[in-house]
Amino acid sequence: MMAFDVKVIIDHLPQILDGFVTTVWCTVWACALGMVLGLIVACGLMSKARIFRYPIRFYVEVIRSTPFLIQLFLLYYGGPSIGIYLDPIQAGIIGLAIYGSAYYAELFRAGFNAIPEGQLEVANIMGFSTTNILWRIQIPQMMVLIVPGLVNTTIILGKETAVLSIVTVPELTFVLTGIGSQTYAYAETLTVLALAYLILAESTSRLGSWAEKRLSKYMER
Amino acid sequence: MNKSSANEPIVQVQNMNKSFGENQVLKNINLNVHPSEVMCLIGPSGSGKSTLLRCIAFLEQYTGGTVLIEGDLIGYNDNADQRKLASTKELNRVRRNMGMVFQQFNLWPHMTALGNVTEALVRVKKLNRKHANEKGLALLNKVGLSERANHYPAQLSGGQQQRVAIARALAMEPSVLLFDEPTSALDPELVGEVLQVMKDLANDGMTMIVVTHEMGFAAQVADTVVFLDQGEILLKGSPKDVFQGPKPPRLQQFLQNYMDRNAFWE
Repeated sequence: MMAFDVKVIIDHLPQILDGFVTTVWCTVWACALGMVLGLIVACGLMSKARIFRYPIRFYVEVIRSTPFLIQLFLLYYGGPSIGIYLDPIQAGIIGLAIYGSAYYAELFRAGFNAIPEGQLEVANIMGFSTTNILWRIQIPQMMVLIVPGLVNTTIILGKETAVLSIVTVPELTFVLTGIGSQTYAYAETLTVLALAYLILAESTSRLGSWAEKRLSKYMER
Repeated sequence: MNKSSANEPIVQVQNMNKSFGENQVLKNINLNVHPSEVMCLIGPSGSGKSTLLRCIAFLEQYTGGTVLIEGDLIGYNDNADQRKLASTKELNRVRRNMGMVFQQFNLWPHMTALGNVTEALVRVKKLNRKHANEKGLALLNKVGLSERANHYPAQLSGGQQQRVAIARALAMEPSVLLFDEPTSALDPELVGEVLQVMKDLANDGMTMIVVTHEMGFAAQVADTVVFLDQGEILLKGSPKDVFQGPKPPRLQQFLQNYMDRNAFWE
């Protein structure tokens, strides 16, 4: 047996590409849902009403302080006992979205707080509705301010999709470790696995830099 | 500048108090601002002049007395001996005739100059985009910036930014404009262009309350100058009365400091 057998990879390329697509699919959905949920959670964290703020703060603390693996097990294996039946991909995407929402929420909150209070006072005096202030003044600026943090969190969530292999989601890690144990080509499969995640993370980072450049063109203070 | 004091005041402040916890920062303030009147609030820093202005706009909650804007109580509902915070809707209704300009401009950095001026026209007054842009351009023209309509705040000088902020405040056609140290954050060379716009507004009959350190502006443009010290109005009168008449020692000292600071040639 050769030290590094590229043939194993080439033979299984279609499977590996399927796994890659599944990983991207799960990452994109989990991050998109996570951001939407995170925005709602961030609004709750900033609420003046304790009845909203305290439970939502508790939610964020619980999510951030427990391993994603345990949360996923609870959702996937524990879900049926309270009537939640999800297939592995659904459980994976929803679980990861919930996990990500706590981190996105803290990021959004920091972004909102970085907007000078005076800009909101002007809008208040001019009679803007709370919804208009949020969508027209706060969110566009907040999103620009937090792009670097957003890229960071998205990369971390992208890599967390590896955990989904444990509930049999046919993503990269599941596919490549499977091939590895069938062919004993561990070095080859794990190297390709690492490279694939590297490509994903690097693409996310490039996309982020591009967005940051475009968005912050006029925002330097 | 002719004033008819028979007119109903636009802003009436009666026995107003403001405390932050134990610390009383405004004590028994009484003011009336009539249509077309320009009132300048002067005083040392920490005297409460900015807080007074912010209480009039209800950006700070005054803790006693009343502030009436065109006869309507701002910020509270008074029923019998009960006082409750007004709803946002009610607060917006009372504020609709008020515009404010801040020391830090507070332009929205992600919108162009024109975007800043037209945003309220589109979102609050519900004008269509075309109509709002026409009106916005006319307002930018008024402050001498129609050429800069498509520039972002970061591409404008401080003086230009503050003029855009004034145009934005004018968009809602306010009956009173509040200025909170509008030139204090500007390079000295840029102060003049902003003061000129404010003078033009005063000449057009705009009612203005101006917190300022520009004594020259107060002397030339104000109808009434109010001197505050430690949360109290120590003197209120025409510029002539305040700057040339008999003064309380605190005002004497304040003006002397101002002169010393600005004198660079014997």
